[in-house]
Amino acid sequence: MEGVLHQVLSGIANGGIYASVALALVMIYQATHHLNFAQGEMATFSTYIALTLINFGLPYWVAFLITVAASFVIGAVIERLLMRPMMEAPVLSSVGVFIGLLLIINACSGWFFDYTIKQFPTPFPSEPMLGGYISGHELGSTAVTLVVLLAVYLFFRHTKLGLGMRAAAFNPASARLVGIRVGFMLSLGWGLAASIGAIAGMMVAPIVFLDPNMMAGILLYAFAGALLGGIDSPIGAVLGGFAVGIIENLGGAYLVGTELKLSLALVIIVVVLVVKPTGLMGRAVQSRV
Amino acid sequence: MPAQPDAPILAAPVPNAPALEVPILEAKGLHAAYGETKVLHGIDFAVRQGGVSALLGANGAGKTTTLRAICGMVKTQGEIRFAGERIDGSATEDVARRGVAHVPDGRGTFLELTVEENLRLGSYTRRDRGVAADFERMFGYFPRLRERYRQQAGTLSGGEQQMLAIARALVLRPKLLLLDEPSFGLAPLIVQEIFAIMRRIRADENVSILLVEQNASLALAFAEDAYLLETGRIVIAGPAAEISQDESVRRSYLGY
Repeated sequence: MEGVLHQVLSGIANGGIYASVALALVMIYQATHHLNFAQGEMATFSTYIALTLINFGLPYWVAFLITVAASFVIGAVIERLLMRPMMEAPVLSSVGVFIGLLLIINACSGWFFDYTIKQFPTPFPSEPMLGGYISGHELGSTAVTLVVLLAVYLFFRHTKLGLGMRAAAFNPASARLVGIRVGFMLSLGWGLAASIGAIAGMMVAPIVFLDPNMMAGILLYAFAGALLGGIDSPIGAVLGGFAVGIIENLGGAYLVGTELKLSLALVIIVVVLVVKPTGLMGRAVQSRV
Repeated sequence: MPAQPDAPILAAPVPNAPALEVPILEAKGLHAAYGETKVLHGIDFAVRQGGVSALLGANGAGKTTTLRAICGMVKTQGEIRFAGERIDGSATEDVARRGVAHVPDGRGTFLELTVEENLRLGSYTRRDRGVAADFERMFGYFPRLRERYRQQAGTLSGGEQQMLAIARALVLRPKLLLLDEPSFGLAPLIVQEIFAIMRRIRADENVSILLVEQNASLALAFAEDAYLLETGRIVIAGPAAEISQDESVRRSYLGY
């Protein structure tokens, strides 16, 4: 019983990371109807920026904030320079660009920061918490994730800019007719997604260690989470991310063993696509005529 | 109200008499095309300050395209002037920011968002403090929008969605309102209700209107000036009252 509780708690901690990345995926999916395969590599690159700043001697949280801001700019610039010209392009061309982006950023991470596996510091205490069920880092990173998710939720629900971004994502033609600069909103969306990914990267790096392929597996779990919750539902993606984290940990411990954990993500993806492609909370828009 | 309601406007949109005020909207030699397919072949029309012009014509005549051309949603050639200034070639959002509100074909409702959010989006570009008062005025015209304020717009009936679309356009505080077939797909009673409200809006709001309609009798009764489009060309232009009286025009073009 203690073991199960331990697995669930650490599943929630992992799930928070997946939830963040899933949210980043869904945000871009809603606006463009494309999955950003490079989301994970962008997060890895951001994490390297953070490590460089920390090694430079900056305090952790200062490096954290600079990384979040820099990632925002990088995301927005990628949208403006690479994705904007692809707006009218067929789906496969966009997929090609995303895969190219993945490879380029992955190679850049290795080229700039080399391929050796690096330790990444955690700002949280190292001793176990909550009676030994969860490590200080897991608790801290879960808290950070929840704060990020809450902030994103409040931003989209209760600010004018958030409303404008949602409008641009749902119905770009109508958004233009009320004077919203849709292109600018897309850049903001990419920036925001890159920032969220960066935070996820910095939170997971102390656990999985930093190398250019750090996010490859995590992106797969995040895809599974996003699909499970519903690829067009931000809240669904977040819940799906947490669910996948718990399933992964319990399944890894009691079902398939840790070596085959990643295949659980693939199983989830296949099952969701076969059984309920809209996901658990995927929106079927109600409409009357 | 227009300065000279009786002035006939034939072929040329507005007589060249310098005494006339600048129309709020004026198009000269307007061409529009979707890719290779040309839809408008050099049309001239105008909307007077505070006036209502109607664009009539059959399906595929180019009515919706004309509205899209004004808002920079299709490629155009020729001149479009809004309050005297050229707006052809402007981005859609910039035309909106100048004060042109467009209720598009299909109403353009944000179905996933609530009625409240749709109205907030209508007033998105405004920075003044009058927005709340404008929402209240819209509830005066359309009480049902107040009842449905927190409801998802996709759950509204067709008539309610049309009301929401008009309210969303009006809270932009536009100088010019472009209405694309407000009667489309609605029961005759609802259409009457909406046009009755539109008359109040005309009287109370400081807005000029360009109305696209297939229902010619409805449009001619509402507008002062009318243009009849046929396959991308204007074949008849003049005061709505005259056109609706003209027996031959009615029989050959308007079908009633």
